[in-house]
Amino acid sequence: MRNLIFFSFFFSFNVFSSVSEYTLDNGMRVIVNEDHRAPVVVSQVWYQAGSIDEVNGKTGVAHVLEHMMFKGTKNTKPGEFSEIIARSGGRENAFTGTDYTCYFQTMEKSNLELSFRMESDRMQNLIISEEEFNKEIKVVMEERRWRTEDKPEGQLNESFNALAFKAHPYSRPIVGWMNDLESMTYEDAQEWYANWYSPNNALLVVSGDVEPDNVHKLAKMYFGPLSKKTTPKRKPQLEPIQKGKIQAAIKAQSKLPMLQMGFKVPLLSKDEDTQDSEPFALEVMAGILSGTSTSRIQRALIQSGKALSAYASYPLLSRGDVGTFEFVVTLNDKTSVKEVEDIIFNEIKEIITKGVTEKELNRVKANVIAGEVYEKDSMFYQAMIIGQLETMGYSYKIKDNYIENVEKITSKDIADVAKKYFINDSLTVVELIPTN
Amino acid sequence: MKQFILIFTLFFLFTAEAKTNINFWETQNGVRVYFIESHELPIVDINVNFDAGSARDNPKKSGVSNLTNYLMMLGSANLNENQLSDSFSDIGATIGGGVDPDHAKITLRSLSKKETLNQALKTFQLVLSSPRFDKTVFDREKLSTLSLIEQSQTQPDSIGANAFKKLLYGDHPYAFPEEGLLETVRGLKQSDVIDFYKQFYTAQNASIVIVGDLNKNEAQDISDQLTRHLKEGKNPEISDVQSISSGENLIENSAQQAHLFYGMPTLERQDQDFFPLYVGNYILGGGGFVSRLTGEVREKNGLVYSVYSYFMPMTKAGPFQIGLQTKKDQIDDAFSLVKKVVSEFVQNGPSQKELEDAKKNLIGGFPLRLDSNKKITEYISMMAVYNYPLDYLETFSQKVESVTIDQIKDAFKRRIDMSKFSTVIVGKK
Repeated sequence: MRNLIFFSFFFSFNVFSSVSEYTLDNGMRVIVNEDHRAPVVVSQVWYQAGSIDEVNGKTGVAHVLEHMMFKGTKNTKPGEFSEIIARSGGRENAFTGTDYTCYFQTMEKSNLELSFRMESDRMQNLIISEEEFNKEIKVVMEERRWRTEDKPEGQLNESFNALAFKAHPYSRPIVGWMNDLESMTYEDAQEWYANWYSPNNALLVVSGDVEPDNVHKLAKMYFGPLSKKTTPKRKPQLEPIQKGKIQAAIKAQSKLPMLQMGFKVPLLSKDEDTQDSEPFALEVMAGILSGTSTSRIQRALIQSGKALSAYASYPLLSRGDVGTFEFVVTLNDKTSVKEVEDIIFNEIKEIITKGVTEKELNRVKANVIAGEVYEKDSMFYQAMIIGQLETMGYSYKIKDNYIENVEKITSKDIADVAKKYFINDSLTVVELIPTN
Repeated sequence: MKQFILIFTLFFLFTAEAKTNINFWETQNGVRVYFIESHELPIVDINVNFDAGSARDNPKKSGVSNLTNYLMMLGSANLNENQLSDSFSDIGATIGGGVDPDHAKITLRSLSKKETLNQALKTFQLVLSSPRFDKTVFDREKLSTLSLIEQSQTQPDSIGANAFKKLLYGDHPYAFPEEGLLETVRGLKQSDVIDFYKQFYTAQNASIVIVGDLNKNEAQDISDQLTRHLKEGKNPEISDVQSISSGENLIENSAQQAHLFYGMPTLERQDQDFFPLYVGNYILGGGGFVSRLTGEVREKNGLVYSVYSYFMPMTKAGPFQIGLQTKKDQIDDAFSLVKKVVSEFVQNGPSQKELEDAKKNLIGGFPLRLDSNKKITEYISMMAVYNYPLDYLETFSQKVESVTIDQIKDAFKRRIDMSKFSTVIVGKK
């Protein structure tokens, strides 16, 4: 099967990309984004398996498996994957998120076949030995110490998620709790691999100087022979409705206090029939609050000298259907957390009562439109957007409607979502108290 | 797995040919201009580079280069900081800045549509020529710089990096962090920033890199427009790095991991040994997952998430630096392992196979360095700042290819002396 979609932007005839899509007989999907500017190709294999699919006691196993994927197969020795890619001039790595795990190589374009050969091998033939696991789990614990234990921002974010969500797996850190890592065994990793690593749970995204039919042919050759597996049934694990403000304070090695606060808000629906404008209103609101150095939060907190960094963010998309509209602030040590919280609430109240200006709306829209062009400068990023959308459960094609959806948003839309969702009862606030 | 080898030995000869065509000229007042024409995307990127990095700070005013560069983006001519920012963001254009020891830069990215680009350039020209350095903005940013420095002094990475610079460079300008020290930033006055701008943002200190959807005539007009205002002025040379005996600084810290910094000043940009050291270090600790250090310390012993070595070539001898983080009770083991791997490498050099693999990666991966307008702009800027010959991109592969084992051994033996290495450990018990 082959679909060829051309999309072009109204503001320029120069910019267009072509995306082609295929499905192999074993259910594996292949999406190709052509970009012929340099003799380079990015190849990404995405598995719809992330920390959201983990269970208590085994947190972090998705990420540990990502590490084990470099530790040898029936055909390669531990570390040989990386050696072969390096010898071809390629760069490679992998990352694990709440919703997915992605493995990628960036290479001179003639090496695409090599990437497919290697990725298809470790999709089915991985060997997880006790000996290799016992070394690598120590590496992962060092990674956790480095990322989270010793970083105030890491501590703050981990506590925030753990408090904002009770039932939903987004409460758990992607890297896993330390004690879960300490008690993890190679059998846990094997079980994860057996459950989730199969062509029907994988997506191949290729971006670069390639010919789509040729990519399809190679994909069929290397991934086609792999057999389908039944993946475990996923439970929704929905978060119960929050009934009242959650507030906490943690202590960490820092000089400056920090604050993370977030409201539970709806995200974009996966069902196109029930998609409405609310998520896009929230998206534009995030831009108006902190998109540029003159945004409302920047003026109120940075230009006033009360904080050193402050931003608002809205996720728009996730596989788990829940998310928070967040504010993260590093305070000046003379400002109190209460004061910052009040300032943020004031800014929201302003929007509810007076809406936003035409100028602000136009600025956000101009940046969205330009941003779409700028992101075409990175073939990696283009592939990444496709992979994220698809593993989160959306179609990559919704990307094409993004500008149009943002352009429709009015001041009233924003005031309405601000009034509806920015309420105390759905708020979580975590403060970081410096111990230095 | 043998069959893999055949596939990729073929390509690296022809990918080395991937050419980026650099147009070069000088403006009437002597600014060097590098232009790459590229019409595939409707984007224009411009980097304006100045020899106005932190090495130009008066040591008593360390941090002034950084503050000057940042304040240039916060108000120009008749535009206050908000008006200036809005005039870019209203049309989807972005400006940026940055300082390292050897240079400062001001950058612009805009859509190439005529009206948009013209408006962006008009304001960009003001950023370069007429910074306001408003007192209130200066006072605020000075305070927040001080807070950021205080914050970074609680974080082991920053504590270690600063202590390491101090040990390696003593009184040399490279001893100071870009953002300055608490005591020096505290003393900065508005006039210091104005003076720094006048002295260092000059024509002979400048180079400009333009990449994107323009033709050569348009690029010429732009380079004139953006540099016309620049006054005469050339910096004296930065002093040579004096050889300093090895030092050790063990710093207490309550973090779970100890952080190691280990090395010595070594490599200049224009250095005969650049290629043997660069290729050699890929094998020792630069080549990510496949380096010897990662192999021993991470893969075989599970002691770290990250261990690395790098040469940072600079105008004067930049550091050769090795680093890792590991939980405190493992730091001695990890450090001895590092010493063993490095001394083994300096003593015996790489194997023939390691050298071949390194060349395949560095040459075969060369197109990846230039696969976007952004990367091209940054890469050419590096060439401009350090005055590289224009054929650098074309000769890169050939220079890597010609490196031999003997050259690597010889270069490491002459340039890397572990008895002169300095050591910083933050979190040593």
